[in-house]
Amino acid sequence: MLIRKAPDLTYADVTPKSLYLDRRKFLRGMGIAGAAALAGTRLWDLASPGAKAFAAAKFDNLVKSPFSTTERQNSYNDVSHYNNFYEFGTDKSDPSKNAGKFQTSPWTVSVEGEVNKPRKFSLDEIIKLAPLEERIYRHRCVEAWSIVVPWIGFSFSALANTVEPTPKAKYVAFESYWDSKQMPWGRYAGIDFPYVEGLRLDEAMNPLALLCVGMYGESLPNQDGAPVRMVLPWKYGFKSAKSLVKIRFVKSEPPTTWNRMASNEYGFYANVNPKVDHPRWSQAKERRLGDFLKRDTLMFNGYGDQVASLYNGMDLRKNY
Amino acid sequence: MRAILTSKWTKAVVFLLCLAPLGSLGWRALHNDLSANPIEFITHATGDWTLRFLLITLVITPFRKILRLPDLIRFRRMLGLFAFFYACLHFTTYIWLDKFFDVAEMWKDVAKRRFITVGFTAFLLLIPLAITSTTGWIRRLGGRRWQMLHRAIYISAICGVIHYYWLVKSAVIRPLAYAAILAVLLLWRLAIKYWPQPQPATAELQPKPQRAQA
Repeated sequence: MLIRKAPDLTYADVTPKSLYLDRRKFLRGMGIAGAAALAGTRLWDLASPGAKAFAAAKFDNLVKSPFSTTERQNSYNDVSHYNNFYEFGTDKSDPSKNAGKFQTSPWTVSVEGEVNKPRKFSLDEIIKLAPLEERIYRHRCVEAWSIVVPWIGFSFSALANTVEPTPKAKYVAFESYWDSKQMPWGRYAGIDFPYVEGLRLDEAMNPLALLCVGMYGESLPNQDGAPVRMVLPWKYGFKSAKSLVKIRFVKSEPPTTWNRMASNEYGFYANVNPKVDHPRWSQAKERRLGDFLKRDTLMFNGYGDQVASLYNGMDLRKNY
Repeated sequence: MRAILTSKWTKAVVFLLCLAPLGSLGWRALHNDLSANPIEFITHATGDWTLRFLLITLVITPFRKILRLPDLIRFRRMLGLFAFFYACLHFTTYIWLDKFFDVAEMWKDVAKRRFITVGFTAFLLLIPLAITSTTGWIRRLGGRRWQMLHRAIYISAICGVIHYYWLVKSAVIRPLAYAAILAVLLLWRLAIKYWPQPQPATAELQPKPQRAQA
């Protein structure tokens, strides 16, 4: 597999300085700025419960990734205020309004199924599984818009190797958190919860598949899938399940939420493909948030060098 | 009540109120508050308001009869024209900001995407209604023919709601709410047509001569 190395980026390229300074001001105002220095500490544990806590833990010493793009990144504000997270409402602005009180600590992810060492991970244990990397990925939504985000995490394979999948494991099933009390808006979303997603094992083991715990140098805001989510940059965004609580290694293809909802519109693979339209709209072009004109959508969202070989011999019109 | 409804000031106030959604968009644009995807935001806002004005226009006749306020007719033309106005903005957003005047692309869309086919139909149907909305055209066509023509608003509204329903991914509650309101408004019309009425319904349907208004 060919891995193209992108030119070096410094950390300052990533975080808009104004945002960074404002955050500090906010923290100082709350009198807990010192806590921010503790990498991995979740600040909203310290804030009063129920407070709208946008304060996030900062991650230091991030490893740069050869997978990162040098394209202009979207602002933190865009990425945290334009979300599809139907548990918190179906408007793009709903999750940022409604997810503020979502309790993400303590958090446990159960990894089970066809593995030698099934176990539950706390978030702290996950974060320590592998060195945290910053990966600046293109992210393409099935709705034909796209963003560039500096995510934080490591390849999902690091977690998989820890639990040792057995030879019977052929697929990985992901399940998002669901609680109709914390997420009452989900009742009107028109899809079934909990949100479930899945990958073929070889897709999940591809180094591009990111187990993500943060963005823009900090832990994930709730509306972006806190505290831990998948990021699969060569697939439409809905494949990247948020707020994961269960990861199951399984023998056969697991059901996936949007596929169950409308299988003619949303396939199991859902690879970004400009040649295969959504039945109701074209996928040939996309609007990068912040751009005026649409741009051409790239096959596999531009990650063909890394992932095209996974689909050799497959008819991608049928396996959309 | 009659004095309020027939006052020219009321009409001016309603006119300004009808412009409020556009004003709100302008205000948001100035304050950088059109979300991370302003083109989508404008497209959705203008589409929403087209549907709302179509429904408000269709509510006038039932209200006139049920509330016995025949003077509400003074607002119907203006409200219908505002529906057309927001439909024009909606279409302009699409052809300009979404397709960037690529007319060939637009026709491909219209032919291939059923939600655009039906939305485009809804828009086309409003054009003759807007053109013939003047008192002169009512006279030229004659009340009965004019009225027949303007029943196209029923089809346009139905197409508009289907357009919305086919657009959303899964959250069908809002398009269904529009559909429910529209169904009530149309069923009411069927009901008064086929159930015997104590008073003749035709008398009020003749629009009173009014000054033409843009």
